[in-house]
Amino acid sequence: MKLARDTWLVFQRQLLLMIRTPVWIAVGIIQPVFYLLLFAPLLKKVLAPDGASSYADAYQVYVPGLLAVLCIFGGLFTGFSLLGELKAGIIERSRVTPVSRLALLLGRALREMVALLVQAVLITLIALPFGLRVSPLNLLLAYLLLGLLALMTSAISYGIALMVPTDAAMAPVVNTIAQPIALLSGVLLPLTLAPDWLQQLARWNPFYWAVEGMRALFSGHAGDSAVWQGLLVVVVMTALAVYWSARLFSTRVR
Amino acid sequence: MPWQPIPVREFRLIETTGLRKSYRKKTTRRSGEDPTVDAVRGIDLSVAAGEIYGFLGPNGAGKTTTLRMLATLIRPDGGRARIAGADLFTDPAGVRRRIGYVAQGGGTTDNVSAREELVLQARMYGAGKPRAVRAAEDALKAFELGEFGDRPCVTYSGGQRRRVDIALGVIHQPRVLFLDEPTVGLDPASRAHVWAEVRRLRTEGMTVVVTTHYLDEADALCDRVAIVDHGRVVAEGTPEALKREISGDVVLVGLDAGEGAAERAARVLRPQPYLHRLEPDGDGGLRLYLDDGAAAIPQLLRALDASGLTPGTVQLQRPSLDDVFLARTGRSLRQS
Repeated sequence: MKLARDTWLVFQRQLLLMIRTPVWIAVGIIQPVFYLLLFAPLLKKVLAPDGASSYADAYQVYVPGLLAVLCIFGGLFTGFSLLGELKAGIIERSRVTPVSRLALLLGRALREMVALLVQAVLITLIALPFGLRVSPLNLLLAYLLLGLLALMTSAISYGIALMVPTDAAMAPVVNTIAQPIALLSGVLLPLTLAPDWLQQLARWNPFYWAVEGMRALFSGHAGDSAVWQGLLVVVVMTALAVYWSARLFSTRVR
Repeated sequence: MPWQPIPVREFRLIETTGLRKSYRKKTTRRSGEDPTVDAVRGIDLSVAAGEIYGFLGPNGAGKTTTLRMLATLIRPDGGRARIAGADLFTDPAGVRRRIGYVAQGGGTTDNVSAREELVLQARMYGAGKPRAVRAAEDALKAFELGEFGDRPCVTYSGGQRRRVDIALGVIHQPRVLFLDEPTVGLDPASRAHVWAEVRRLRTEGMTVVVTTHYLDEADALCDRVAIVDHGRVVAEGTPEALKREISGDVVLVGLDAGEGAAERAARVLRPQPYLHRLEPDGDGGLRLYLDDGAAAIPQLLRALDASGLTPGTVQLQRPSLDDVFLARTGRSLRQS
């Protein structure tokens, strides 16, 4: 109960801060729109091996990938805001209060999750006129997957922010992690194009499973085993990431 | 809140024995030296309810580390501590409810106002929304923040921000308030304002622990002072008592710089029976510690005159806390 209340407190404050920084919101909307308008049209031909014969098909494959890539980069980079808060003493000020340590993390990660879900909804809406068709129930399930993914990546990012020796180390560390994850989940180009060893490698990437699950949902195959597999992998990974990051939050001091 | 008698059991609001903390240095594998740095090497404290207690010492003496340990931000390596009845090791959550802590850099968010920060802080301490709003309103009045309290924190001056920091630290009316270097970087007027706030909090029944490396701050603000150096308390007492330990008075003798005048004068003066201690003081200066400065000045002038030395200036001073620090550590606080 206290955890829920404290998380809500932190979440509210974080949301307020985001609303007061409109430039972030603008960037958060413009970037995915560019991906959708400037990159997706290339895909009809490229995605032919995945069975795409029309723009609608291409978007069914591409949009889930784009959403996942937003989560990977958006989530993993959210730790930068924590670096600022650490430096300003805001985290320390919270840590001397009896507020739940886990809430300090969850409130922030949930803010990130909400921001990413808003982006996801926007992208889905923009993709509709291009022929994207997805049933509301499948879409909700895909958003659930996506929300967990956002929670996971932001928890990991906060953990990294607490661990890096200097602020300057954050960007290279995050980039080094995000890049292979994004490439190995087949978000930009499908991994069906990849040689066998690359596909085998991708199976070790939890994001690959998440993307596969979302693609199954977007193509209307909710019963596909990729869906429950994706959900399972993401639930477990999210729990692990939050646990790891929460431990750092309660023990690390800077 | 008027002054209330405190039960005898809790009269000692902070008690520590052997509190210590060491860190591992980062790059020592190659040099082969001991990789641990003892930041705090066993600190015993006993702070009474209603005191303003100061840690005085140079940067790196272990003051902040000690304060952060008492505020549950760092786990001590060893020792024992009880704060307002709660054990630091077994009940850190209990300690957190009873204390307020204001870090040196504060901790306000640029884009929100002092009022919003105060409400959030009260709610983090468990207050419901209506109570938190009232507490924020009261704090804005008590700390005279009303004028700017609804503007974003980024627009505040250093002194304004410091007052907001302190108001945040006491929003839940803690028994003990820890202030880390509360007046660093403030102009004299803002400093005086912060001191006044600290004294006001004390009259409301709060016990305040401050760290400082300013001699005048320790002297003017604190009821008792622990002088800290290299992670240990080297002297403790009221500023008056500490200065009294430095027997009597200080006489500053200024001689011509260079030509060894100061060294020759030191040789002449050292054997004088009324002198307790002699330290060089800057270029051509000597710092003499003696019982009765006024009586000794004619004698030491005669002794110098007999050796053909004529001081340019002679000053009689009361000993400062810096003299105490010098006597205990062999260094001046101003230099270190």
